[in-house]
Amino acid sequence: MSKFVRKGKSKGTPAISTASLPDIVFMLLFFFMVSTTMRETELKIRVTVPAATEGTKLEKKSLASNIYVGVPIRSYQELFGTEPRVQLNDAFATIPEIQTYIASEREARDEAERPFMTTVLKIDESVKMGIVTDIKQELRRANALKISYNTRKVVN
Amino acid sequence: MARQEQQEINAGSMADIAFLLLIFFLVTTTMDVDSGMARVLPPMPEENQKLNEETKIKERNIFIVLINKSDRLLVNGKDMDIKDLRAKAKEFIENPHYLEDLPELDYKPILVANPRYVPDGNEPKKIPHKHFEKRFPDGFPVSKGIISLQNDRGTSYKRYIEVQNELVAAYNELRTELSMREFGKSFAQLLDQADVDAIRVAIPQKISEAEPKNIGGK
Repeated sequence: MSKFVRKGKSKGTPAISTASLPDIVFMLLFFFMVSTTMRETELKIRVTVPAATEGTKLEKKSLASNIYVGVPIRSYQELFGTEPRVQLNDAFATIPEIQTYIASEREARDEAERPFMTTVLKIDESVKMGIVTDIKQELRRANALKISYNTRKVVN
Repeated sequence: MARQEQQEINAGSMADIAFLLLIFFLVTTTMDVDSGMARVLPPMPEENQKLNEETKIKERNIFIVLINKSDRLLVNGKDMDIKDLRAKAKEFIENPHYLEDLPELDYKPILVANPRYVPDGNEPKKIPHKHFEKRFPDGFPVSKGIISLQNDRGTSYKRYIEVQNELVAAYNELRTELSMREFGKSFAQLLDQADVDAIRVAIPQKISEAEPKNIGGK
């Protein structure tokens, strides 16, 4: 910085040292790296999960498989209509396909962890129970009995 | 080998690189924690399985909550507002005045997992919880009540979760009340796993999601 000594007003405030800037940025970077979870699926439907006061934290995220239900977003409405649809991973699916999805999710996990797998139902609050009941029946058939209704945490 | 003079690497662009990474993580990050209501579905019944006498539940032990397609509640045959559901459910589970038409109370010792258990391949043996054993020598009155939640295909998911939430809240309030009485702190603040288990055993959460029936259609 000594190169840039100004001639006229040499009594002005000295430049702030930016040497610690990388350290601060790195600190922030590590914070975000640790706290981050990657968005793994691109939602093709609109899901606003219902609010609940008694929801509990999901223990193991790595053992959860997600089933999304909701109305397709605008750009997909031409193809898939405005009725609520099921989305598994990145694609729209029909209800009987849930069984193969559960089977493939099970294959991906370690054998010792399989009994603790949970199916997280992320369902839009406007959806009717008919489709939810069908999904629950399908999960029972697939013997995936641990489920969790995803909710938005609100404080009463 | 000739010793070369070590050139110092210019670290000036370090901050830029770190900034780039930082912005990437800022954009891709989602901070929300998944919360939800955990349930266990009943296993699929075997083909042509019949309901025998043992599996039948006495009428007084069951609290039927029906939600119809216009999201209205019918609780044990009576119309009910959702605001009253929590209090009613609590009264049903606890049966504080030992009424004839509310669930039976089963006096039994509160068994919890032994904290000093060392896994040795055998089934872990449960031991009675010390505090409960001392306070209730004849066993703690555990309610036999089951809440059965039934819905129509036309019921909205929002209302269904609201009702589930009220029912879970009823159980949680009872658990907190018991925990305050016995341990002097709320259920969520209990630190000892054995105490938590004891409360869970004393007030078991029994919400059954009934077999779907097709009544009323869409």
